[in-house]
Amino acid sequence: MKLSALHQSYLNRRNNNSFRSPLDSSVDASGKSLLAVFWLILHCLCCLISLLLGFRFSRLVFFFLISTPSNNNLFSSPPFRPDLPPPRSNSTATATEVKSSSSRVVVGRHGILIRPWPHPDPVEVMKAHRIIERVQKEQKAVFGSSSGAKRTVIAVTPTYVRTFQKLHLTGVMHSLMLVPYDVVWIVVEAGGVSNETASIIAKSGVRTIHVGFDQRMPNTWDDRAKLEVLMRLQALRVVKEEKLDGVVMFADDSNMHSMEFFDEIQNVKWFGALSVGILAHSGNAEEMVMMSMDKRRKVEEAEGEEERSSSLPVQGPACNATTDKLIGWHVFNTLPYAGKSAVYIDDVAAVLPQKLEWCGFVLNSRMLWDDAESKPEWVKEFGLLNENDGVESPLSLLNDPSMVEPLGSCGRQVLLWWLRVEARADSKFPPGWIIDPPLEITVAAKRTPWPDVPPEPPTKKKDQMPLSQGDNVVVIPKQQQQQQRSSKVRKPKRRSKRNKHEAKPTDTTTQVSSSTKHHQERN
Amino acid sequence: MMTRSSLSIILFFLLFSASNAEHNARTERISGSAGDVLEDNPVGRLKVYVYDLPSKYNKKLLQKDPRCLTHMFAAEIFMHRFLLSSPVRTRNPDEADWFYAPIYPTCDLTPTGLPLPFKSPRMMRSAIQLISSNWPYWNRTEGADHFFVVPHDFGACFHYQEEKAIKRGILPLLQRATLVQTFGQRNHVCLDQGSITIPPFAPPQKMQAHLIPPEIPRSIFVYFRGLFYDVNNDPEGGYYARGARAAVWENFKNNPLFDISTDHPTTYYEDMQRSIFCLCPLGWAPWSPRLVEAVVFGCIPVIIADDIVLPFADAIPWEEIGVFVAEKDVPELDTILTSIPTEVILRKQRLLANPSMKRAMLFPQPAQPGDAFHQILNGLARKLPHDGSVYLREGEKVLNWTAGPVSDLKPW
Repeated sequence: MKLSALHQSYLNRRNNNSFRSPLDSSVDASGKSLLAVFWLILHCLCCLISLLLGFRFSRLVFFFLISTPSNNNLFSSPPFRPDLPPPRSNSTATATEVKSSSSRVVVGRHGILIRPWPHPDPVEVMKAHRIIERVQKEQKAVFGSSSGAKRTVIAVTPTYVRTFQKLHLTGVMHSLMLVPYDVVWIVVEAGGVSNETASIIAKSGVRTIHVGFDQRMPNTWDDRAKLEVLMRLQALRVVKEEKLDGVVMFADDSNMHSMEFFDEIQNVKWFGALSVGILAHSGNAEEMVMMSMDKRRKVEEAEGEEERSSSLPVQGPACNATTDKLIGWHVFNTLPYAGKSAVYIDDVAAVLPQKLEWCGFVLNSRMLWDDAESKPEWVKEFGLLNENDGVESPLSLLNDPSMVEPLGSCGRQVLLWWLRVEARADSKFPPGWIIDPPLEITVAAKRTPWPDVPPEPPTKKKDQMPLSQGDNVVVIPKQQQQQQRSSKVRKPKRRSKRNKHEAKPTDTTTQVSSSTKHHQERN
Repeated sequence: MMTRSSLSIILFFLLFSASNAEHNARTERISGSAGDVLEDNPVGRLKVYVYDLPSKYNKKLLQKDPRCLTHMFAAEIFMHRFLLSSPVRTRNPDEADWFYAPIYPTCDLTPTGLPLPFKSPRMMRSAIQLISSNWPYWNRTEGADHFFVVPHDFGACFHYQEEKAIKRGILPLLQRATLVQTFGQRNHVCLDQGSITIPPFAPPQKMQAHLIPPEIPRSIFVYFRGLFYDVNNDPEGGYYARGARAAVWENFKNNPLFDISTDHPTTYYEDMQRSIFCLCPLGWAPWSPRLVEAVVFGCIPVIIADDIVLPFADAIPWEEIGVFVAEKDVPELDTILTSIPTEVILRKQRLLANPSMKRAMLFPQPAQPGDAFHQILNGLARKLPHDGSVYLREGEKVLNWTAGPVSDLKPW
């Protein structure tokens, strides 16, 4: 039960007396008994009035009787929190008794200070967020990167306009936007500079150099790889001419980079190599299973001295386990895929990487500059490179390939992944992925796995529709589509039995609904 | 005076930054008047004689209740153990500068672990009677060159309730002795002028076990976990913490910048390391282990306790490390904290990152150089040499052996 302040102090004093020895209390007991009776009567009176009025009347009376004028603006209005004003003037009995002679701090009951609008002030919140940002920046500067040297990242991406371009390029763009260093993004486009690509990379917020390359991208993976090499060399020429300073990395547009990759490449001195995870993916699930079985059988057979094909899907530097020096290269084992790999870009088969992909190498941009100031002798002069000699991997830029620095704890960390996924050659996509003008008639493409009508939400089915409905082509003319929609509107939240009855009215709708169910099950 | 010391601090800082940029970015020496003192070595500067009291004053109490080793007041036990094996200990009392009586007055715990101070005055009294009758050194100075560790709530006033503690005052027999206590408040009866304030005991291993990498960004602005209203003893509020904690809750419970609640999360230490400011408001007593935790975890302590005297105040420049907010200014706490310039905040964080600061707050087992034990000895060493007036003439008596409440005079 809540007590008024005075009564509580009175009780405290009674308790004090009980703890002390009987000697003290007997002296002032007689005087206190009258006072005790008085307080008891007052308390009972106040309790009765509070019962009638419905709030703590006693406290309110006290507040109004002995309130100080000075601090009134700090308190909220009485009905909500009738807090006592500070006791410097209105000290409770206990406070006056025990006030220390020289202490400015008063013992006893204090008011709880609440400002008139105890809610966050947006200006303060913004200030606080700026403080937090500054503190985090400082933390990063002090504890973040080990060496402290922050070099610009020069990313080289060969691309061309196709269905999956926006998907891939957006992925690379987002990775580059997150990089905590300065980024220069050189995008080389096959088929010349196009507005599509320009519109995608314009949103990046990093400095971009959009270079056009006059040839069109061929339709086979091998030819494509060759053209990409030429495009990358073109980009390196740009680096040389503009005298860009930083670390050059090759961000192929379908690859995936981790943020630690960018931190790791800051450590390169001249020419570094990292391990790349190879995701040789094919759309055919059964083929993949066969592939893994074959791999296990053939892993003993595929041995090499310098170029070891490992069963791991990793391509990169191989180091001596104890001295951590580069002794060779891990190359992706392509034997299981022999004859079964994709040739054309839209083949449903595993896409294989080259022996050594460009993305696994990084170089210091100064290596490409003309003036041979501090360039080591084992670096070829880039200006004299003849691309018709068949440049396959960046190792052709070096005179001595053993001077390559293995990064990522000597190739043990895989910090980026190589993947090639492309759509069919005849796949259509809206330019810029903006549907304009709005579609009037939906014609389904052959073999599209997605149904044109979204499937119904799954309901509890007592008896499942049999799966052997056969392969249907779902061609829905406009009127039936609307009917479907209206029938669906009627259907929600009903039991399955009634659902089936509802679906009976027209044959076509049942057929459509069953086919959608079929698709849904297959999904 | 203020400008001169700040100028010297700036000069020192510049000097250091010129020489050692990398190291300086991370931590900052607490330079200037007080800070270097943390690294003083007390060995050779003083000698302490440890009285050999019967084990009923120390070991038996500990055997009865081993929880005394882990609660906030365990400093008295660890100080005894430290002194027994420390190089400052001397077995020849005639060459000792300071005398220490190993008593554990706080080792009388309730079933829930709170110490009861009711028997402590009697225990202290009986120990002093023993000392004064068996050795001549107490009577020589009436205790002025003796020191006692009294880490309880209100020090040597031996009560947990402030009004009663003030009424009792410091135990009369201890009025000339140096008290090593956790409680510190200016102009308070229970803080003697010459006392040494120490931090409350916080388990160092437990805190070390919860360290997170320093590059994890600090994303919480203000952090606090603890009671705002003590519903058992003060249901309405206003008594507990002089209403300051309740004011924090009422004003900032809706504020997203303030991560405050009464939860007991398992990630308490980790969350402190992710915060920029940690509130250290007073409770029933002005000090709290949160100060130690904030310093160890690099969170700037926001001290809301009027007139508090912080640990080792003569060695650690607390104004430069923490933020002091008056209790009446609590409703404006968000304005106060956001209006601190960022440079000042970064400097405070650098000072907190200094490992000697963190060491000085802890009582590690076994003792390490620069830790709180050594700071206590440094404090004692700074009070040497004893003033001549400390030594009493033959037969002179200053202390009143019969003062105090009658219940204290009963033998223990």
